[in-house]
Amino acid sequence: MRLVKNKIELNGSGTVTLCPEEPEDMWHAYNLIRPNDLLRASAIRRVTTTQETGSTSSARVHLTLEVRVKNLDFDPQSSQLHVSGTIVNETAHTKVGQHHTLDLELNRNFTLEKEVGSDGEGVGWDSMAVEMLKDAVDEGGKRRAEAVAVVMQEGLAHICFIGQFQTILKQKVEMSVPRKRHGGGDHDKGMSKFYQVTLDTLLRQLEFNTSATSLTNIEAVRPVLLASPGFVAAGFQKYIQSVASTSMPALKRLLPSFVVVHSASGYLHSLSEVLQSPAVKATLADTKYARETKLMDDFLEQLRKETNRATYGPREVESAVDQGAVGRGGGVLIISNRLFRSQDVAERKRWVSLVDRVRDVEGGDVRVLSSDHESGRRLDGLGGVAALLTFPIVDDDIDNDDDQ
Amino acid sequence: MSRHRVKAVSYDDEDYDYGYDSPDPEEQEFLQQCTTEVLTQLRAGDPPVTATRDEVQEALWHYYNDVEKSVNYLRGKKAKEVKKKPSAPAPAKPSAVPVYPAPFSPPSPPTAHFSAADFFRDAPWLNVPAHRKAEMLVEPLYPRLGLLGGAPESGGKVSKLAALAAARKKKEGDKASSPAPAAVPETEKPQASSGDQKATPLSLRERLASSAKPQKSLDSLQSPRSLAKGSCLGSPLPPKTPPEPKKQSAPEVADQAKVEKEVPVASQQEDEPSITIRASPSTFASTIVGDSTRPKMAESNHLYANTLDLIRIYGQDLAEPFDFAGPSPDDVVLNAQSSAKGFKSKQATSKSAGNKKAQGDLASGMNNLSVEEKVNVRSKNLDVLSEYSKSQRKKAMNFAVIGHVDAGKSTLMGRLLADLKAVDQRTLDKYRSEAHQMGKESFALAWVLDQGSEERARGVTIDIATNKFETATTVFTIVDSPGHRDFVPNMIAGASQADFAVLVIDSGTGNFESGLKGQTKEHALLARSMGIQRIIVAVNKMDSVEWDQERFQEIEQQVSSFLTTAGFQAKNIAFVPCSGIAGDNVTRRSTDPNVSWYQGRTLVEELEATEPYSHAVDKPLRMTIGDVFRGSVQNPLSISGRLDAGSLQVGDQILTMPSGEKATIRSLEVDGEPNDWAVAGQNVTLNLVNIDPIHLRSGDVICRASAPIANVTSFTCKVLAFDHLLPSMVDIHRGRLHVPGRISRLVATLDKGSGASIKKKPKIVGPGTVARIVVEMDQAVPLEAPTRIVLRAGGDTVAAGLLE
Repeated sequence: MRLVKNKIELNGSGTVTLCPEEPEDMWHAYNLIRPNDLLRASAIRRVTTTQETGSTSSARVHLTLEVRVKNLDFDPQSSQLHVSGTIVNETAHTKVGQHHTLDLELNRNFTLEKEVGSDGEGVGWDSMAVEMLKDAVDEGGKRRAEAVAVVMQEGLAHICFIGQFQTILKQKVEMSVPRKRHGGGDHDKGMSKFYQVTLDTLLRQLEFNTSATSLTNIEAVRPVLLASPGFVAAGFQKYIQSVASTSMPALKRLLPSFVVVHSASGYLHSLSEVLQSPAVKATLADTKYARETKLMDDFLEQLRKETNRATYGPREVESAVDQGAVGRGGGVLIISNRLFRSQDVAERKRWVSLVDRVRDVEGGDVRVLSSDHESGRRLDGLGGVAALLTFPIVDDDIDNDDDQ
Repeated sequence: MSRHRVKAVSYDDEDYDYGYDSPDPEEQEFLQQCTTEVLTQLRAGDPPVTATRDEVQEALWHYYNDVEKSVNYLRGKKAKEVKKKPSAPAPAKPSAVPVYPAPFSPPSPPTAHFSAADFFRDAPWLNVPAHRKAEMLVEPLYPRLGLLGGAPESGGKVSKLAALAAARKKKEGDKASSPAPAAVPETEKPQASSGDQKATPLSLRERLASSAKPQKSLDSLQSPRSLAKGSCLGSPLPPKTPPEPKKQSAPEVADQAKVEKEVPVASQQEDEPSITIRASPSTFASTIVGDSTRPKMAESNHLYANTLDLIRIYGQDLAEPFDFAGPSPDDVVLNAQSSAKGFKSKQATSKSAGNKKAQGDLASGMNNLSVEEKVNVRSKNLDVLSEYSKSQRKKAMNFAVIGHVDAGKSTLMGRLLADLKAVDQRTLDKYRSEAHQMGKESFALAWVLDQGSEERARGVTIDIATNKFETATTVFTIVDSPGHRDFVPNMIAGASQADFAVLVIDSGTGNFESGLKGQTKEHALLARSMGIQRIIVAVNKMDSVEWDQERFQEIEQQVSSFLTTAGFQAKNIAFVPCSGIAGDNVTRRSTDPNVSWYQGRTLVEELEATEPYSHAVDKPLRMTIGDVFRGSVQNPLSISGRLDAGSLQVGDQILTMPSGEKATIRSLEVDGEPNDWAVAGQNVTLNLVNIDPIHLRSGDVICRASAPIANVTSFTCKVLAFDHLLPSMVDIHRGRLHVPGRISRLVATLDKGSGASIKKKPKIVGPGTVARIVVEMDQAVPLEAPTRIVLRAGGDTVAAGLLE
């Protein structure tokens, strides 16, 4: 995402003009835009005019509309963001107060304004929003790393794209493969059919040009991770090689990017294990994803080893912060960005203030995990927030509270 | 007498069970009014049209008493008739004779109670022009037909054939004789009676009873017995129908029917060559017998015409009258069909295609067509449980072979099968030579069970393999499990089918120790948590340690202490030192002098010493599908698995969950042998029909629609934690069922002994603790208490327990 104009005031209100450049930027926009913000973007609106005679005519007109956001609808599969709200600027074709749904488009600027309000009813550009904006704009410029993962087991394959901030399950292949039986070759047949379907699906998702003469050597080479328990992934790689050498020579271009790794099962939650494997770490070490996964693993490890030096759950973490356990010297607050996406302003304020407190007052570390990654999903399972503590705390009093 | 009263009487006589045609006096009155009105309108119209009351009422009934529509309909019909058949003699007394033989009077539904009149009411022969009947009169003289009188049941069938034969004759006769005008006055019968006979579906007996009454007209057609008595021989038959133009479709259908029946007709004709010899009846005879002796019209559907004649013939000629005591098989079917449809017009599906309903039926027939062919499998309706108790079978048991990878499980079992001659020597030699070519000679015995190409290439069992062998007392089914860590899900599937387990341990130095940390431990724990109580420990590869007794004792001591902590009772644990590759102490006692210290049982003896287990045969049916495959050409869809509970038999309808689709069992095999039924505990292959394979996946559950298993997305269970438990993603295993899920809540940790809650909402559950947890899944899965489940994460078993 390109930052076109930045006019954030000291008090947190202000506007930012952004230009989304790639599909993942829509995800950032989805995290940045909150209900009650003002969003200004170009729009196409169907305008119906009624003549005096009663006949109507409708036309589609290009407008620049400013809406007060009511709802966001994000489709991660196609990376589309629809923002609905009421129009606040008067144009020749619309009136103030009419509803409109803006579809944000790639390479078209939009302007986002957040207001604090005279008595602070809005949240404005709080610290989290500013951080997200920084993430979105990517000042470092090193987030090209992407990977495709095929997590599979017999008769089941998940094809997903791992981005910097998102893991998108593109397609699931599910087939019934006959088991091995006495004197039956059904199993081998079933497996090669399964491999074939999976390969076809994978190439379609990669938008891979299968013609041998294509000159698209410039296409970005992304690592394709084939992960499975047992020998399924290896078998799949073998199958791809045989296809490349026989019927589809163009596939040879892709062969070097295949990496076979181990996973415990063919389900999506084994992806964390995939990212842990040495083969992947080499290629994806510095990505946010890998860092997040490692953080989650560290947390779980800590929880196992020293149960009282780690905690999870909203109330438990807040209580730990109150006791000063998430501070300097190893205290880490791990929080899912799902919490900041809450529709409820008070809820968001609660978490932003917690983050600010840990970072600015306590001196602890704060990591915001993307809820669209496997690690974020694991965190969501724990209530969306967890903390590594500097000293052990016994949480018996919390239990007592719960019992009441 | 008013025909109406007769009708009312008939209502009383018949047992009607249809509500809509109850003879409500008000409705009757209204109907009368409407009828009169329609008749007036018809007469008043231009051109004036006449119609019988019958017709009018019929029309009114169809149009729900809408006078205008009825008038239009009748007028149109008459107009058509006149146009089509200008030569047709107009009814002498239009109101006296039904012009159009309405097949049904409105309130006469098909009755369960049989009556001949009802029976033939809509039959085409009743609609046949009277002249058709003439020639057939002579036919009753044939002894052949007379035979039929003795066998009323078969009457329906034979009459059809005979009718067709007669039809042929008739046709010839028709060609010869020129159409003559109707000679018989149609007015001989009182008006009421002609309407009466059609509109009152009296039963035959009732008719007979009333035949003596003067006010009731005798209908020779419908009461053959009365004819036989001669009570109405003198009275000519009333022409039921004046020539009636058939609908266009009728001849077509008739032709079709004719084509179908061509062959029997031909043969019939050959049988009766004497027919043509007969002269046509004299005028006197025709006067006596009735107008029907003279052909009035050349045109008509001869096929159906003659069917009628035959019926009359029976009636007139039989020494012992054919009283139609029971409906013909055809009609039983038809009645059932029509009553099932609850709409009497459907009755016309009978061979009588001659009326206008035929078209409608073709259409409805088309609607009933479906692309998918339903296969009907007849159930023998066996009492499976009593069959089971009667059957004299050997006791049958399944056992799972478990243990660490490369402990020699498959080889040991291959040795067992080879020594017990469950595998022939030739096959074994083939495996040996093939293994030799691949440079894996030591794997030859394992190939008996490792049939997969990849398994052989890699020398690792991947999926479970089942094999059967018999000893003197018992039929054993081996479930050989993979030992590799990645294939523990398959091992779970195998162990879920087993009654007891054989734990194979590699006694080699270092191998035992690594196994105990690895899958030896995990498998034993899994087997125990899946309810297996007896475990036989086969200390394998003893030859590699020179049958060292100390080594054996060390292993025995370590393993038994571990198994006891895992929950096996000491009396249910047995140890056998053996060598799979050499075969010592497997089926035969070792001859090696080094083994002299061991005097216990061999492996097979130990297997036989196991007590059989009882299964829940009288519980509702449950079976987890182990595999879905194409059995053969005859059985394109088969599933296999072990019956967990209940029983089933061929022809049963079963429900698969979670898809909720129904299927029918076409045939089934128990342990590879075809059988009619199966009970819990048996390994079965079911050949299914009437289901799409897409609805069947391994891990699905088969049950009955009467006692279905519920699909759940969340469940509470009491588990023993093998690893730290905290809210996280897990894989849920139950037999072949393997689905992703997540632990959403840790409810409480529990006391191992009493099950009382120790700590509510624990942050984390440590290994070895019993806890109550809530697990959620994204997809609905068939699970019900008390099922044993296994939770795994990251390739390790984290917990196992019981659904609550």
